[in-house]
Amino acid sequence: MLGPETARDRSQGGPREGSFVKTALAVAHKDLLVELRAKEILLAMAFFAAVVVLLFAFAFTHEGRANTDATAGILWIAVALAGTLGLSRAFEREREGDTLRALLLAPAPRSAIYVGKLAGIVLLMLVTEACTVPLVSLLFDAPLLAAERLPHLWLLLVLGTVGYAAVGSLFGALLARTRGRDILLGILLYPIIVPVLIAGARGTEALLARPLDRATAWFWTELLLVFDTVFITVALWVYEPLMASE
Amino acid sequence: MKRGGLFLALVAVTALGLAVVPSLIINAPTEPTMGFIQRIFYYHVATAWLTFLSAFVCAGASIGYLANVGSKSAQRWDGLAMAAAELTVVFGTCMLVTGPLWGRKAWGVWWVWKDVRLMTALLLWFIFVAYLLVRRFGGPGSARLGAGLGIFAAADVPLIYTSVFFWRTQHPKATVVTSLDPGILLPFLLALATFTVLYVVLLWLRMGLETARIRLEDLQLAAEDAGLLDEMR
Repeated sequence: MLGPETARDRSQGGPREGSFVKTALAVAHKDLLVELRAKEILLAMAFFAAVVVLLFAFAFTHEGRANTDATAGILWIAVALAGTLGLSRAFEREREGDTLRALLLAPAPRSAIYVGKLAGIVLLMLVTEACTVPLVSLLFDAPLLAAERLPHLWLLLVLGTVGYAAVGSLFGALLARTRGRDILLGILLYPIIVPVLIAGARGTEALLARPLDRATAWFWTELLLVFDTVFITVALWVYEPLMASE
Repeated sequence: MKRGGLFLALVAVTALGLAVVPSLIINAPTEPTMGFIQRIFYYHVATAWLTFLSAFVCAGASIGYLANVGSKSAQRWDGLAMAAAELTVVFGTCMLVTGPLWGRKAWGVWWVWKDVRLMTALLLWFIFVAYLLVRRFGGPGSARLGAGLGIFAAADVPLIYTSVFFWRTQHPKATVVTSLDPGILLPFLLALATFTVLYVVLLWLRMGLETARIRLEDLQLAAEDAGLLDEMR
């Protein structure tokens, strides 16, 4: 058990101060490499997101046509649900090998480890979204793939995913050490990320509007940026003391 | 015994308030446009204020806990955070019950989505129910998790508020207080004060309970180490 002084000493000075980016990249690289070899999380997330979209399509079908009003919300909810699956599996993997402890014992700033985990999860979620967007577009007859809307949609998705994963990787790491982690992640995560979901879904809705409502979409994009900043700042600030000692 | 005296004084003030304020509320003039239903306002505003106050007390205590992790005072901070989180849920439930009762009469509906105050309050309540679930079922390590959650909850309130703000609100503004009839204002302020003192009393009691629980656990561990519990078996 590390006392508070020891924990504080570890975070200060030493040769690792300049290696923040390097550490973060190394952690993200490790996570992606493991995932590329196993392909377990990616396949599970992408398929799960597809199943969720299909469920929505079945639930909202009227007279043979899918209800198109809810498209934006469906896309974001599918992403959020699939994200929880990926998050819990990613940290379960760390827990099984007790590698999270090893990571935290490494002579590196803990916030860099957090940023690395965050980057890894964001990338996995973005790949999932790349599969989900065409499916939603197809099933709900939404112009998500149109050239004037697609880049902006991706901007929204990237910002939304970063905000989601910023909260998710913090609580995923904390939950990895507690009992009942499987049931608690969703309960914790969803109420907190509601602002991100609202901004993402509103922005996407504006993009789907005919004619395209560019001003509103930009407004929500900027708001998402603010939310991401707040989430990441708070998470970076609390990560070190929260993960400090057993 | 100074602390004990202060506590008794607070209990006495609460008892006095709970005895006197209801009769003041009954005798307050009926608000002309809303009628009798306006009287729920004495409870609703007080509980809503305490819900948000308590959420921020929990966040403050969580920060105190994180700043003192590992030392003896961390347990006290944690006890305070726990007590505040429970009271957030208690007063939040009162707020969420009295609000729709009023809304049904005044707006004709129980609940309005897209309303910034309603959504913020509801999500805050959800986050703190999650907090209690974590503390109840999380086992070891849940104190840290709770601290993270408490801080995130407070940081999240302005974000939820902003994200829903751009829909629109029909909830009465807080500035309505300045335009109140003096006959309504006095019982309103007294109700607010009574509830706030009640809150402090409850927080105090719950913290004491938590401290006693932690002490009992420590004693049990010490007794186990000393082999006393084995002999009893």
